[in-house]
Amino acid sequence: MKKISNAQALRRVQDDLRHNYDPNKKLVTICAGTGCRGYGCIKVKEELEAEIARQKMDVEVRATGCFGFCEKGPLVVVHPEKIFYQQVKIKDVPDIISKTVATGEVLEKLLYRDPQSNETVMREEDVPFYKKQHRLVFGSNGMIDPTRIEDYLIIGGYSALAKALTEMTPEGVVSEVKKAGLRGRGGGGFLAGNKWESCRRAHGEPKYVIGNGDEGDPGAYMDRSLMEGNPHSVIEGMIIGAYAIGASEGYIYVRNEYPLAVLHLTMAIASAKEAGLLGKNILGTNFSFDIHINKGGGAFVCGESSALFASIEGRAGEPRAKYIHAVEKGLWDKPTCLNNVETWANVPIIINQGADAYVSVGTEGSKGTKIFSLVGKINNTGLIEVPMGMTLREIIYDMGGGIPKGRKFKAVQTGGPSGGCIPESLLDLQVDFDKLHEVGSMMGSGGMIVMDDRSCMVDVAKYFLAFLQEESCGKCVPCREGVRRMHEILEDICAGKGKEGDVELLEHISTGVADGSLCALGGSAPNPVLSTIKYFREEYEAHIKNHRCPAGVCKALITYSINPDKCTGCGLCIKVCPTQATSGEKKKPHTINNDLCTRCGACIESCKFDAITVE
Amino acid sequence: MSKVSDTKLKTKQIVKKHRGDKSALIAVLQDIQEAFNYLPKDALTAAGKALGIPISRVYEVATFYNAFSLKPRGEHIVKICMGTACHVRGASAIQDKMERTLCIKPGETTADKKFSLETVNCVGACALGPVVVIDTEYHGQVTMAKVDKIIGKLKEGAQQS
Repeated sequence: MKKISNAQALRRVQDDLRHNYDPNKKLVTICAGTGCRGYGCIKVKEELEAEIARQKMDVEVRATGCFGFCEKGPLVVVHPEKIFYQQVKIKDVPDIISKTVATGEVLEKLLYRDPQSNETVMREEDVPFYKKQHRLVFGSNGMIDPTRIEDYLIIGGYSALAKALTEMTPEGVVSEVKKAGLRGRGGGGFLAGNKWESCRRAHGEPKYVIGNGDEGDPGAYMDRSLMEGNPHSVIEGMIIGAYAIGASEGYIYVRNEYPLAVLHLTMAIASAKEAGLLGKNILGTNFSFDIHINKGGGAFVCGESSALFASIEGRAGEPRAKYIHAVEKGLWDKPTCLNNVETWANVPIIINQGADAYVSVGTEGSKGTKIFSLVGKINNTGLIEVPMGMTLREIIYDMGGGIPKGRKFKAVQTGGPSGGCIPESLLDLQVDFDKLHEVGSMMGSGGMIVMDDRSCMVDVAKYFLAFLQEESCGKCVPCREGVRRMHEILEDICAGKGKEGDVELLEHISTGVADGSLCALGGSAPNPVLSTIKYFREEYEAHIKNHRCPAGVCKALITYSINPDKCTGCGLCIKVCPTQATSGEKKKPHTINNDLCTRCGACIESCKFDAITVE
Repeated sequence: MSKVSDTKLKTKQIVKKHRGDKSALIAVLQDIQEAFNYLPKDALTAAGKALGIPISRVYEVATFYNAFSLKPRGEHIVKICMGTACHVRGASAIQDKMERTLCIKPGETTADKKFSLETVNCVGACALGPVVVIDTEYHGQVTMAKVDKIIGKLKEGAQQS
């Protein structure tokens, strides 16, 4: 792309792109997010292109960012009618091209079918999963090919940057972001505008801005989809932030596990530079700013700001004391403003529509929208963007479609390893930064892991502590040793060796760990334990006093048996058992020898008659 | 050329690519691992020397980050996602099964150097859970039966090649 010399030229480029774009031209978009790639969408895309070539048609096939409805991938939309197809396979391609694209015929079998009404839905926006969403940040994902800057420009990309640079002072940008009440989307929920202002006022040159894409919370992948699907929105936000703060250099720190995000960001940075939107004298102004990409090394603690700085500087990612503020002494001890990539992606929206419009969405203390990843025991796994203040019930039942196999909802875990488990009684909680904090959990980066009655809450707490014990950098003794001891106690409880007083001991150690750790990893490490004790204490007691795991998860506390009424004697469980614990004659009910059984679950997985009972 | 000097030469090229920048240590190590599939000792000493960083600090960084391996890894890297979504969907049973199938624990490599087993915190493909990533390929909704199939196929492929 040719260099864009000033704001007017940008407008001309955008106008030209729009002028040359025929909205009625046939276009097939296919979601190419990591989830859909896992389902094989790239092969479907290649087949779409091949079929179009075979039929000698003039149709564009565009691999876009993530649509969000990962459960039903690969997802395909036929434009301009916006016909939404799900679970598309290679064999469906000829029909899509010769029928839907050529003649407009809708293929019923590929439409989403509402499980309740059993009716099909033709357009994406009418699918219950999307209906209540407010896709401010994520909305363009489904139209943009993230490898082409033109796709971002055509929807008005970089207009906010031009507006900020030519019509606003840096102070004006800061005050607009402050007025918008934008809070950090990475978990802390700190007011971004205040951070920017302090960083702007801080002494020291150069100043840095950082995009935190080290999305470490297991079960959260919205940052990944944003970086992969709309990298320019993150970059534009960072350039605006750099202008407001007076920074000349920026870094995006991305997880090593996200190769596609690294690739798309790298391409986006290169094309933005080529277009004169990044680098020296941006849009012909005096403002210069450059962005580098740093890949993480697979350490969860590096999501913490001071550990992240250490990692960019090429050191082990150990956090430091919080009384040294990053806005004054951050990266290389220079004033640094770090925000999560989703926070940065909100900035162009605020500048474009103005703070007044932005604050019309959300709750009193939390403005705008939030992207959540709805995962676990839920029918519609995926990424949703909703206004702050939507209830958990709406999210889980209306959008998520409830719990699979009609099982009972038990808890939803939010906030990653630093968050907590929220029980059924709080399903009407309006989700925002403050409300989640009030019930002992937190927003975190936006993971929502849904659990049903077959999820053991003690096991979940043990899982998170195992994670945190592994990820603790080891600098603070209370975190390093305390979390380890807590994990041991939980292991004992799950192994049937729990003692009276263990719960109280866990609570006691929790206080020490939280108080005695420098960073948020240790500070919030006890949350998964404390919240499960608070809401599911009886489950802990069942493990300790009755040596029972009510959810049937903890191996030492359960036994497998075969229900003779259901067993047909097919022999499959005998075949798959690794310890020869199952036995029996053909066509006669089989039995399990519990002395040999290791509760690996292979027989349950193989049994077609649901004959194996766990108690 | 001997293997040692070959390793050193390659390492020096990598350091040069990063302009000898001390702060690029992690990126240098990532490139070394990509070149050799693990971090050979000779490469670490060569990198430290070329960057002017004491080997103790190179070792600190190499052992701090999970992504690095100081031991040679197998031809195929099997990563089991241990994210929360995969956990509640039975990832630990898949891990047990994988351990039984490959006869190794996470962090180990099979005797024939075909497979290394690793666990990873979350690969961000939660809709596919439980997920196993082998090299760069994502395997979704993995069951114990599927583990046999996936590994069997790779073993077959290895025999043919």
